[in-house]
Amino acid sequence: MCLGIPAKIVEITDADALMAMADISGVRREVNVSCIADGPLERLVGSYVLIHVGFAMAEIDEIEAQRTLEALEALGEAQETLEAITESARALDGARIEENPRFEAPRLGGRVS
Amino acid sequence: MKYVEEFRDPKAAQRLLAAIARTVEEIGATKESPVYIMEICGGHTHAIFRYGLDRLTPAGVEFIHGPGCPVCVLPRSRVDECIELAERPEVIFTSFGDAMRVPGTGKSLMQAKAEGADIRMIYSPLDALALARRHPDREVVFFGLGFETTTPSTALSIQMAAREGLNNFSVFCNHITVPPPIKALLEDPYVALDGFVGPGHVSMVIGIHAYDFIAKDYGKPIVVAGFEPLDLLQSVLMVLEQIRDGRAEVENQYARVVPEHGNPLSLAAISDVYESRPSFEWRGLGEIEASGLRIRAAYRAFDAEEKFGIGYGAGSPREVSEPEGSACGLVMTGRAKPTDCPQYGIGCTPETPLGALMVSSEGACAAYWQYGGMRALEAAG
Amino acid sequence: MLPIGNTAACVRWRLPDEDGQMNMERPTHLRDKIVTMAHGGGGKAMRDLIEDVFTSVFQPDGMEDQARLFDASFSVPGAALALTTDSFVVDPLEFPGGDIGKIAVCGTVNDLAVGGARPLWLSAAFIVEEGCEIALLRRIVASMDEEARQAGVRIVTGDTKVVGRGAADKVFVTTSGVGVIPPGRSLAASHVRPGDVAIVNGVLGDHGVTILAARGDLALSSNLMSDCAGLGHLMEAALKAAPGLRAARDLTRGGLASALNEIAQAAACGIEIVETALPLRPEVSGMCEVLGLDPLYLANEGRLVLFVPEDEAEAALAAMRSVDVGKGACVIGHVVSHHPGMVVMKTRFGGSRIVDMLIGEQLPRIC
Repeated sequence: MCLGIPAKIVEITDADALMAMADISGVRREVNVSCIADGPLERLVGSYVLIHVGFAMAEIDEIEAQRTLEALEALGEAQETLEAITESARALDGARIEENPRFEAPRLGGRVS
Repeated sequence: MKYVEEFRDPKAAQRLLAAIARTVEEIGATKESPVYIMEICGGHTHAIFRYGLDRLTPAGVEFIHGPGCPVCVLPRSRVDECIELAERPEVIFTSFGDAMRVPGTGKSLMQAKAEGADIRMIYSPLDALALARRHPDREVVFFGLGFETTTPSTALSIQMAAREGLNNFSVFCNHITVPPPIKALLEDPYVALDGFVGPGHVSMVIGIHAYDFIAKDYGKPIVVAGFEPLDLLQSVLMVLEQIRDGRAEVENQYARVVPEHGNPLSLAAISDVYESRPSFEWRGLGEIEASGLRIRAAYRAFDAEEKFGIGYGAGSPREVSEPEGSACGLVMTGRAKPTDCPQYGIGCTPETPLGALMVSSEGACAAYWQYGGMRALEAAG
Repeated sequence: MLPIGNTAACVRWRLPDEDGQMNMERPTHLRDKIVTMAHGGGGKAMRDLIEDVFTSVFQPDGMEDQARLFDASFSVPGAALALTTDSFVVDPLEFPGGDIGKIAVCGTVNDLAVGGARPLWLSAAFIVEEGCEIALLRRIVASMDEEARQAGVRIVTGDTKVVGRGAADKVFVTTSGVGVIPPGRSLAASHVRPGDVAIVNGVLGDHGVTILAARGDLALSSNLMSDCAGLGHLMEAALKAAPGLRAARDLTRGGLASALNEIAQAAACGIEIVETALPLRPEVSGMCEVLGLDPLYLANEGRLVLFVPEDEAEAALAAMRSVDVGKGACVIGHVVSHHPGMVVMKTRFGGSRIVDMLIGEQLPRIC
């Protein structure tokens, strides 16, 4: 139900039967593109699709993918800002750190075994 | 691999885990009083365990493994019926690999194959069609299994068979839908959930509004998630943020694949070929209304139940109980962990599975066995 | 005294013809195109088949019921005889990068080599299904001959049986192999100890995935080829550079995971491998993603894992990389004292998971 893999459409192999050749890192399989065949099939060549049991079920939206990755990056920036704030707070608390040797920096990543 | 590798970046994972840890603290959740998040889809269960996400997230987050494993919820009687079909000499029985090792009352498809039944493992229903074309003298039956992700491909295959007049092809339809069991779980007083990670590929077909009832009627947040580790972590973070802020909304983390309203061509094929059964039996959950699909009368010629007189088409479905002493139903609905089942590791192991949860790679028990051993190792110190 | 390895005194190689050329095209007298029950009957038809298809190529010394073999290395005190046997039933019989014959020779040679033995002689028994094309047999025999040359071994005796249609899947091959382990060399899984380094000789899973694709029923195509290869020369190079080498295993059915588990259990040690260190081609990763397979369990036919003491790892790597089949040699993990008998993989996120033995068969999945 869930195993779907992104693949690149490299060729339309049978336009009448709605079949195209999908490529995943050099492995190829002919897939059925009925689910995404709204419009001329040729436009699919070069696009990335989600393959499940031999059918292309969705086109991967490049812009949305970028947006998601950017959100993850931004999380990184927010994280760094937070660390910077924490760092300066700790610097201010420097004296207290000396007194309390058991002070621990915030653990990142929760329980990383 | 494009659209895969980028979503496995360990540095981004670390950042997400840090944000998750912070949000859990803000909520005030702890090991004794955690936030319960259910991942509905078996593929998500598998991914969580494969990447050790359940051990990387803080103790205040507990994953409850949902019933989104179509193999796991398959009643034993259906497997028995598959074997019955396969043992007919004229039949070539085709199935996805997932179902091959699930034990029926007596044996599994794999064992029946070893005993001589013509059972073939295939990757796509298109391959079953090809077999039917190649063997006009045999009856090719395809075991149509799965949630809405897989339903369109079977529907389209039936439409193709109809167009070609491929009369020796039929489908043994066991397709089920996601929203009804979720509703059943939300109605269950014993199940306590704070939020959901929603099935990414099912949603690719049905869209995200199918889950509106979870937020509106039950006040729980749900985030539709992709399958790479960063997708899951980001979705968990989004669920936690909703909980922290007191929101209950449907959000789409997997927007690069999941369109808001699903896939119209897939949905059209499904409604052309299938209709809802009044009720359908789910292992562990019993009968659930309007949760299973059957082939419409117009396509009766391709319905294995009609052709061979089995299953729901053959009068009353047979009663088959759970394997002795096992807790499949409780584990599947998240009320128990695999390790709570008295048979786990004793009578029920991957080599000698009693139920589908130990066989299916998405089943909570199989995932625990394969990946969860680290927990025991760490506990032992 | 004959130098070790010189068997020329007693076994005849194929002789060059008048021009000094090795005549690879043998004249054939057999007119039959397919194997029939008569070819297994023990009479003239069988003799003709054997002579025309097998012995004209393998050229054993005489046609006695047994090969008589001499090698000076056996008279060295402390030398040990190594004996192995194996059966080959691969389907399909021919695939990109090899065939059942190539696997038969390489598999047998490798079983000897990973024990530190110098492979010398093979036997090859064939069970042939009635109706099998003789041209196919010739191709298999040619592969075996070629592979034997490369490995420096000879196929010295054999057997042929024919069974009725349906009683075998075209051709089954059973081999045994004999080699010599020089005195003082003792490789065993139980010698492996904490601190040792685990090294593989190249990318994993090519063979397993090639076979899956070649079966045709998954309709997947790629440029992948089987990694089938003899590992005798690789082992000798490694042993020379790293005399403290503890153990080696070839990674056939059950893949890397099964071999590592066997070693961990025999040595009563833990093994830790690093996910990001495992060498895989993108096509193999892609294929695994499509089918839902785990590359750790894929079969290989030209890959081994070996364990060396830490201070010999660099030398072992360099030596392996100087041999063709070892160009991709790399460290994948090491041996530890905790979690004895278990193999643990550090995932790319820094988490860990246990890598178990393969249970049953790996099946492609949709979920």
